[in-house]
Order: sequence, then C-alpha cells, then structure tokens
Amino acid sequence: MQPAADIAHNLAASPLEARGVVKVFGGLRAVDGMSLALRPGELLGLIGPNGAGKTTLFNLLAGSLKPSSGAILIEGRDMTSAGPEARIANGVGRTFQIPRPFAEMTVLENVLTGGQHQSGERAWLNIVRPGRVAAEERAAVEKARALLDFVTLSKLEDEPARVLSGGQRKLLELARILMADPKTILLDEPAAGVNPSLLEFIIERVLELNARGTSILLIEHNMEMVARLCSRVVVMAAGSYLTEGAPDDIARDPAVVDAYLGGVA
Amino acid sequence: MSADLLSYGAFFLTMALTYAVICLGLNVQWGQTGLFNVGIAGFVAIGAYASALLTTPDDAVRFGGFGLPIIVGWIGGALVTGLVSFLIGALTIRLRADYLAIATFGVAVVVQLAALNLEGITGGPFGIGFIPRPFADYAGNPLVFGLANLGVLVVIVLLLYLMLERLARSPWGRVLRAIREDEQAALALGKSATRFRLQAFAIGGGIMGLAGAVQAHFIGFIAPDNYVPMLTFQVWAMLIVGGSGNNKGAILGAVLVWGIWAMSAAAVSGLFPPGQQARAAALQIVMIGVALCAILLLRPRGLLGEERVVSRHIGARDDGSKDGQTSDAKNS
Repeated sequence: MQPAADIAHNLAASPLEARGVVKVFGGLRAVDGMSLALRPGELLGLIGPNGAGKTTLFNLLAGSLKPSSGAILIEGRDMTSAGPEARIANGVGRTFQIPRPFAEMTVLENVLTGGQHQSGERAWLNIVRPGRVAAEERAAVEKARALLDFVTLSKLEDEPARVLSGGQRKLLELARILMADPKTILLDEPAAGVNPSLLEFIIERVLELNARGTSILLIEHNMEMVARLCSRVVVMAAGSYLTEGAPDDIARDPAVVDAYLGGVA
Repeated sequence: MSADLLSYGAFFLTMALTYAVICLGLNVQWGQTGLFNVGIAGFVAIGAYASALLTTPDDAVRFGGFGLPIIVGWIGGALVTGLVSFLIGALTIRLRADYLAIATFGVAVVVQLAALNLEGITGGPFGIGFIPRPFADYAGNPLVFGLANLGVLVVIVLLLYLMLERLARSPWGRVLRAIREDEQAALALGKSATRFRLQAFAIGGGIMGLAGAVQAHFIGFIAPDNYVPMLTFQVWAMLIVGGSGNNKGAILGAVLVWGIWAMSAAAVSGLFPPGQQARAAALQIVMIGVALCAILLLRPRGLLGEERVVSRHIGARDDGSKDGQTSDAKNS
C-alpha cells in the first residue's frame, strides 16, 4: 500500500524524467534502457560504480548528449531532442563535475551570465531602450550579489574567476545556475575534490535549496554525503536501473554490494 | 604649401578612418566573438556596390542607379551587407574556426568574381563611376572639401565606437565573452551560442558594408580590383597591430598601418625609376609584414591589448561587505 502523499507525487508531473533511455557509443551501450523520475521537491541521489553510466545519463538529462532511443521529459513535456540551452528555459539547471567558470570574467559577471530573459542580451535594446536595460541590470546585480553572499564569495566579486580554488569554483557554479531560478538542479558530484570543511558548507547549501522547494538530482560517489542528503537513492549498474531505496537499505543490499565489488558473479 | 599639406593630411586620415570602420567590424567578429572571417573584402564590396547602385544616377547600360541621397546609400549598404552576412552566417557559423575561414574566403572570391562578371549590375571590370561625393560643391577647394569629409568620417567612427563600446559592456557583450571562454558552460546557462555568434557576424558584416559604402563615396569610383584579398590582409594587420578585442586599438591600428602603407607608397615612387615601380610596390606588402612581425614579437596582444570589459551597470557595493570577515570559502 502506498501512502497518500506518494500517490499525489506520482500524479504530479515529474520535474525531470528519463524513460527507457539508451545511449550507444560505437559498440558500447553506456546507458541501456534506464528510467528515472524525479519527484517534485525531492532530493534524489543517483549512485553506482564507476562505469555504470551515471555521467552519461546526467549528460542526457542535461541535453548535452542526445539519447539513441528513449525519451527525456521535463514536467511531462518531451525534451528529448532539445539542446542544452533549452533545458534552463524549462527550469532545469546543471552544474559540471569539473567546474567550468568563465575564467577571465569576474566572479560577479560569472553569476550575472546566469540570468534569464535579460533585455540587455538583445543587442538592439541596448541602443534603443538603454533605460530598461540599465534598470534590469541593476536588479540583476543586486540578485547576483545576494547569491554570492549565499555561497560566501562576495569578497571575490571583482576577481577574475580563474583565481578561485577548486571548491570555490563549485560554489560559483552553484550561484551562477541559481541566478537562472531553476526549479530543478542537476548536481554532478559536488563533493568531488572538495575539502571536508567546504563539503560541509556545500551540503548545508544543497539542503537549504531543497528546503526552499528546488528539486535536486544528485550524482555522487560519496555515500556519506548521499546518506545525509537523500531520502531516496537510485542505483545504476551496467547502464541500467539496479534498485532503489533509502540510503541505509541500499548500503546493505547484496545486489548493490555485488555491483560495487566487481560485477554480478 | 601648408594648405596642401593639410589637405593631404585630411585625405590621409579620412582614408585611414574608412579602414578604421572596417576594423571595428572585424573586431566585433574576431575580437569579441572569435569568428575567423577571411573574406572581409567581399563584405566591404557588397556595401560599396549596394550604396553605389542606390545613389548613382540612372544608367542605361546597367541596373539602377536610383539617384537616392548619399545617406540612404550608406544605410542601405550597411543593411544589405548585414543581411547578406546573416544569410552566409546562417549557413556557415556552425563550422569550426578554420572551416569558417575557408568559407568566408570563398564568399569573398565569389563576390569579387560576381562584381567582375555581372556587367548588367556592377559595370563589370570597369566598375561604377560618378558615385556622388559628399560636399561635392566644395570640390574646388581641396582644403575645405578634405576637412568636411574628414569631419563626416570622424563623426561616423565616433558614433560607431560609442555604440560598440556600449554593446561590449552590455549583457549582450557579456554573453559573447562567456561563449568565447566556454561554450558548454554558456549553453548550460541557456545562451544559444549559435544565435549570438550569428548576431555578431551580421553586425560586424553590416559595419564592414557601411565602411565599403562610405569609402566608395569618398573615392567616387569603385571597381572589382579594389576588393581583392589584399584588403582583407590589410585589415587583419590593422587589428592585430592595434590590439584585437579593443575598439580603440582597432582605430589606432587602422591609422598606423594605413600610415605605413601610404608612406611606403611614397617611398617607392620616390626611390625607384618609373619602370620598376609596379614591381617595387610589393615592398609595401613587405613593410606591412615587417610591422606585423615586429608587433607579434614585441607586443603580441597589439599596441593596445584587450582591456578587461565589465558591464557598465555594475556599481560598487554599498553595504561594505567587502571589508567584512574572510569567507569560509576563501579560508578553505
């Protein structure tokens, strides 16, 4: 028997869903019929051993790869063939496993670039409607500074992003995508290569975002982090769905242990 | 005597500033966006021919002209070239840099061959003459005529410069820089790299067309021979010498390289007997090449390198948070 809340979740359109997605690279089926549905407001973990196809699935969800077959849906709308730039327009933002700041632009400008629907991004409006552009940009700067406060990078706002450390770059990426007001965020290994104190900070921020209603799909190797953040974890192995459950149950599941220890022998 | 010198100076600067306009167009494409256009001459030619057709008096042996005012020709030349650039860009902008270079070079060759052979429109190898010149009433007084023309060019360059600086410091310019730095990240933020590149290509092309139109009216005569790859090479040399990515550099480079070009032309005609001058003219190209090598060795980013461009709307923070405690992130 499902609790009523779960049924309600299942009725609402998933903010992000993969249906029977397949991605073939040459002879390799990196993702092989994987299905996954994020529930509204959920913080879902996606784990699996190296080579399970997590990052490929992530890139399919983010639109930077096109699936060989299957479908990607955002709030029930088919986005399978839309490019990565169409994702954020539909409320789905992503971070990169290895952060990709605009190195020569300032920290503040990096965040500003995340803004959506800015009049100033239309060349001619800068000439014919300078007042409107300036007003919007002032509001954007204010919002970007609030986000930099949120990730504690305010003091570095005028520095070029290339001076940031690896962990700071992750925070900058988070602020940059938050500038776009995403309803759903795909986080690709936010803990990778981050020192423990900063990791703690990132975990707090992710929980706070989720508490504000942002749905989050977290791909992560760090089981401890997944256990602290997620109530539901999906396990992927050999390109497809293996199992799902609460983090503690997953950690004890023999099939999961088998998959991590080198195959279903 | 000094009036002669002054009117030559005005002529020289006017000519240099027409190149500065082309250079500003290339800076939008290459300096700001990284689009490798090796067909500049073709875009300049389109603007020149469009304006000539619009403004020359009716001609029985070819299409047009329409006898319209000069300003209509200039705006028309810019718009036609912008539109053609947009169409060419729509086909080629997805190409990688080196293939875009080949494609644009091909476009320039096609334009030049079309100008040479479509006699019914372009006048063929003889080109189009009697293009109305601004301030033609003052042509009898070279000094007044020269200074008036220079004044027009100064106004055009100044307006373009202000407009392009505004664009470079706008959110639009910021997206161009973001795409140039990391296309994948820009895409993930919803910025369609293709759309923004296409816009920059069309705007830069339109500016080159404007330059072609203005130049045509300044000289009063155009022919396919004016729009050969040499022109493309000169403009590239100007932008590299002045400083790619910097609008001031584009203008400075145009004036300097045009100065080298004009002075070496004078030197060739002074030093060599008439029979050898055609051959010696190649030394002009050598001079430009030497200047280019010197700049690349001594100041690889040009005389005025790219400046850090920041949105003109960003003011200082007023809450004093910068003086606050060091952030957690910075400590880590």
